[in-house]
Formats: sequence, C-alpha cells, structure tokens
Amino acid sequence: MSEIKIQEKTPVSERKMAVQVDDLTVAYNYKPVLWDIDLEIPEGVLMAIVGPNGAGKSTLIKAILGILKPIAGSVTIYGKPYDEQRKLVAYVPQKGSVDWDFPTTALDVVMMGTYGSLGWIKRPGLKEKKSSLEALEKVGMLAFKNRQISQLSGGQQQRIFLARALVQDASIYFMDEPFQGVDATTEIAIINILKELRKAGKTVIVVHHDLQTVPEYFDWVTFLNVKKIATGPVKDIFNDDNLTKTYGINYKVSIQE
Amino acid sequence: MNNAQIEIQLIASLVAIACAIPGTFLVLRKMAMISDAISHSILPGLVVGFFITQDLNSPLLILLAALTGVITVVLVERIQKTGLVKEDTAIGLVFPALFSIGVILIAKNANDIHLDVDAVLLGELAFAPFDRIFISGIDVGPKSLWIIGIILSITIGLLFAFFKELKISTFDAGLAASLGFSPALIHYGLMTVASVTTVGAFDAVGAILVVALMIAPAASAYLLTTDLKKMLGLAVIFGVFSAISGYWLAHWLDASIAGSITTMLGLLFLVIYLFAPSKGLIAVMYREKQQRTEVSLLTFLLHLKNHTETRERHVNHLQEHINWQKVRAKTVLDLALKNNMILIDKNIVSLTQKGDEFTSKAIDYIITNEDAQIEDMKDDFFLFRG
Repeated sequence: MSEIKIQEKTPVSERKMAVQVDDLTVAYNYKPVLWDIDLEIPEGVLMAIVGPNGAGKSTLIKAILGILKPIAGSVTIYGKPYDEQRKLVAYVPQKGSVDWDFPTTALDVVMMGTYGSLGWIKRPGLKEKKSSLEALEKVGMLAFKNRQISQLSGGQQQRIFLARALVQDASIYFMDEPFQGVDATTEIAIINILKELRKAGKTVIVVHHDLQTVPEYFDWVTFLNVKKIATGPVKDIFNDDNLTKTYGINYKVSIQE
Repeated sequence: MNNAQIEIQLIASLVAIACAIPGTFLVLRKMAMISDAISHSILPGLVVGFFITQDLNSPLLILLAALTGVITVVLVERIQKTGLVKEDTAIGLVFPALFSIGVILIAKNANDIHLDVDAVLLGELAFAPFDRIFISGIDVGPKSLWIIGIILSITIGLLFAFFKELKISTFDAGLAASLGFSPALIHYGLMTVASVTTVGAFDAVGAILVVALMIAPAASAYLLTTDLKKMLGLAVIFGVFSAISGYWLAHWLDASIAGSITTMLGLLFLVIYLFAPSKGLIAVMYREKQQRTEVSLLTFLLHLKNHTETRERHVNHLQEHINWQKVRAKTVLDLALKNNMILIDKNIVSLTQKGDEFTSKAIDYIITNEDAQIEDMKDDFFLFRG
C-alpha cells in the first residue's frame, strides 16, 4: 500500500514514462493512417484516445502492441521494446474482433489471459483457474462461468474481455472501445474497475468515443486524427480548440459542462 | 471379414481421424474452402516430386506435394492482400491454375508415369491392401496404412503440444499476437499439417473425399457442442463412423468406397442439421414458436394488469380485445393457467399474485435489460434467454 501512496502523490511530470512512442508511422497499402506520432504516456494515468472514425485510434494501439508493423518509428514500454515487456501489458481488443460463436465458455476465455505468462506448450492448471475465477468475480460474472460465450449479452461479453485482461495482472492496460454496445450499468461497472486499476498505480489507455464522458472518466487524454493533435491532462487540454482541431468542426464549450 | 476388409476399414478410419483434427480448426477459422484448394493444387507437387524421386513412396514426394499446398495458401493470401479481389475469388483463381499445371504434366508424360487424374481425384481404397511394404521379405502391412499412421501420430502430437496456442489464435488472433504467440506461425503450421494430411490421405481415398472428411465431421460436431475439446472428439467419432459405415454401404451396393463414405458424411450432417438439440433446424423452429407464444402470453398478462374493468377481462372478449384468433387465445390462456398466473372466475380472468409479479419482473427486464435478477426465469421461458 505504501508504494501506491507514493505513486499517487508523485507529480505527473516526475513519474516514469509507461509508454513512449517516437516518430511512429503506420500505413495500410502505402496509405499512412498514422503520421509521425510522438507520444509519452506517464505511469498511473487513465487516458482516453479520442478522434473521429478513421483517425487511427485502434491502429495506434495495435502498432504499440506489435500486432501491426509500423513503416517507421519505435515504441518502448518502460524504456524497453515491447517484445521484452509483454508481461507488463494487457490488451482488450474490440468486442467485434472475435467470433462469439466459438465453442468455448466464459471461464475458458478468461483463462486465455493466463496463456502469456505460461508461454508456449505449457498448459493452464489450478493456479490459472483460481485467478481466472477471481477475475470473473471482480467483474460480477462468476455466475456465468460455464455459460457458452454466444449466450452472453453484449455487456456481459465485454465484462468477460475485461476479466481476461485483469487476470494478466499487468502494469499497462490497452482497451479498444470497451464501452461499445454495453448498457449503462455495465459502463459504470467497467469504469469503476478502470479507476481502481489507476488507484493501484496501473496505467490504463482506452480508445473512447463518447466525448461527453471524457472529463468524468479520465484524467489524461490524447487527441488523434492521423497526426497527434494534443496529449496531456484532461483539465488542461480538453477544450474547444483541440476538439475543433481534431474533429474539424466547431465545438461548443457546453460539451465540457 | 477377411484381412483386406479389416485393413481397408482401418485405413479409412485413420484417414478420417487425421482429417477431422485439422478440419475442426479450418471450420472454426472459416477456411473450409482452403482445404478444397489444397487438395487440388498438390497435384503439380506430386508430379514434380515423382520426376525427382522416381518413387511414389518417397517421403520427399509427400513433402514436395505438401509444400505446394502451403504455396497455395500463400498465393491466395497474397492475391487477397492486394485488395482487388475477395478471398473466395482468390481461392478460385489459384487452385485451378496449379491443378491444371499438374494435369498437363501428367498428360505430357502419361506413357511412362504411373499416375492418372482419376486416381488422384477419387482414389481407390479397395486397392490399398495390395500395395504392401516388405521389410527383409516380411509383410508389415499396406503402404497406405503406414503413411497415414505416421501422419496421424505427428498430427496428434502437435495437437497435444499446441492445443492452447491453436485455440487462442483461432479465437482471438489479436490477443494471441499481443501475448507473443505468433498467429502467422500457427496459421502456417496448421496449413502444413492440412497439406501433409491431404497428400498422405489422397493416395488412399482421393482428393475430393479428403475435403469431405475434413469439413463434414467438424461441421456436424459444431452443431452439437459448445466445447472445443468435445467438438474435436465428436468430429473424430463422426469421421470414423462414416468411414466404417461407408465401407459397408459400398460393399452392399457394390459401389465406390470413397463415394459411399462421402455419402454417409452427407447423410450424417443432414440428420444432425435437422435434429441437433439446440442448433438444429427443428429445435430452432420449435424455439421460435415458443417465443411467439411467450410474447403473446406476456402481452395478455400485461393487458390484464392494465385493465381492472371486468368487460376487458371476460374470456369471450379476449379475442376481440387483443385481436387474436381463437386457437392462439386458447393456447395462451392454457399456458397462463398451467403456470398459475391467472384465475378464471365466472369467465372473468384475473392475475394471481404470481402472475402479477411475473409480469412486473418481465416488463422490468425488457425496459432495463438488466438480466441478473431474472436468471431464474430464463429456464422457464425462452423469451428471456437473450
């Protein structure tokens, strides 16, 4: 606990950098979708990545995690390349990126989160099962552990994905639109868990669509539209100017309340 | 049964198992058609392999042919990646081209090569026991049995070693990549196994039956289970069942063994497609009918809840008020009575306490979509099964 206290008191400017992105350019079929991105994400922030459709938000996460190969630039996690730091990172892909008719149960999907620490060939055992059940309990899905995943509602599926990330016990969490297609209750449940993670000193990076909730949910924000528009504390940079630069239309102050 | 009959059934069963394992993952990856492509395009690999080795039994020949299978997959992906055509079109472009090269190569050398297109496409299981392996003069069994036995052992070994990796990369390639399990490596590993199996099996059962043995048992199993391990097990059982029953069908009809096995696979799928307990056609139709009845029931209960005046609740007025036909009104009335949700007193219908609570809960669920509290209702009513 004492460690966490120190973490919270440390001014952001003096914290370690959890993620550092330098001159990152990613292209699909020679068309750049991310142009020369420089980005520093300090440890212990809950950060939203916002921007219009096609701004490259998901692409940025995928490039950081090595799922997509950039044509230029580099990414470090706590000062080292991603390949060496895999175990510090958990990833929640978009819900729509998988086939929910796949023959497997909720518990089994959560256990997939433990595969990374197991490495090749080794199989999950009792220890992995226990931590997966704990993660399921944390997201309020323990009662559904043996349910086939197609029998779950959209919000429940998203909670399963979150549990799968929690079970990795990582330092940095990347989430691609975790609030997409979930009901209000689930949205609150998810954001509460994310805030808990931040309290425990973790770094959480979320691709987010709903601009209304940015000030309420997040303390850090990155504006992205192929290029990086701005990044920093929500209270300093979440303003009309940056919104207009990112979305290309005039935004009224009202959005901030 | 004589020895040859037992051997044929044994070969057919081993081929079925060897096909069902990669087939299950192909079906789950929605790549069933790629097995069709592989089974045809290995032909040029076989012919070239034969030119080099001059020996149809050579392992090098099997490896060369399997390599053509993997090349097929790579070519399909390359063409698809240009974004100019979709995957099915790319498959349709690649395998006929490779297959035709094989056909021309055979035709040009038809006189001195012991290979013909019919044998490649259809195989001839009945002849398999005649082609035997002798070790220092001792008969150790049919060649096909040895080839498929070795391939099957390798496939099972790989499945046990990499089951976890296959599962995660099939379900969620993005997560697999972020955890350090290269989805590309696993993908090409699976394609190599599928190619080697196809080459090893086609000699005994022909290229077309190989496709049927890969896809049909897995597709049938998919309709019956929601557990990957059980799906693999069922696919293996269905494959072996079709292989053996197909053999006896051929025996009885005096027809092609490969053709009969494929027929059995088709029949098996048809039966499961119709009668599978939850995903089958009949189960789905029954469920939809139940759902219709339950929506009607709920509409009816809500009507009772909303109207206290007796003329709205008279049995004979139900039809005109909710605008239902007689049969439907009776079904709904019976269902509500059976569940103790209504009372009928002098032809006036009223809600019981249970009916009242049920209606409130159901409406609450529909409005809020909060399903935790009505978990117990789900078993009674299909409507609430999400």
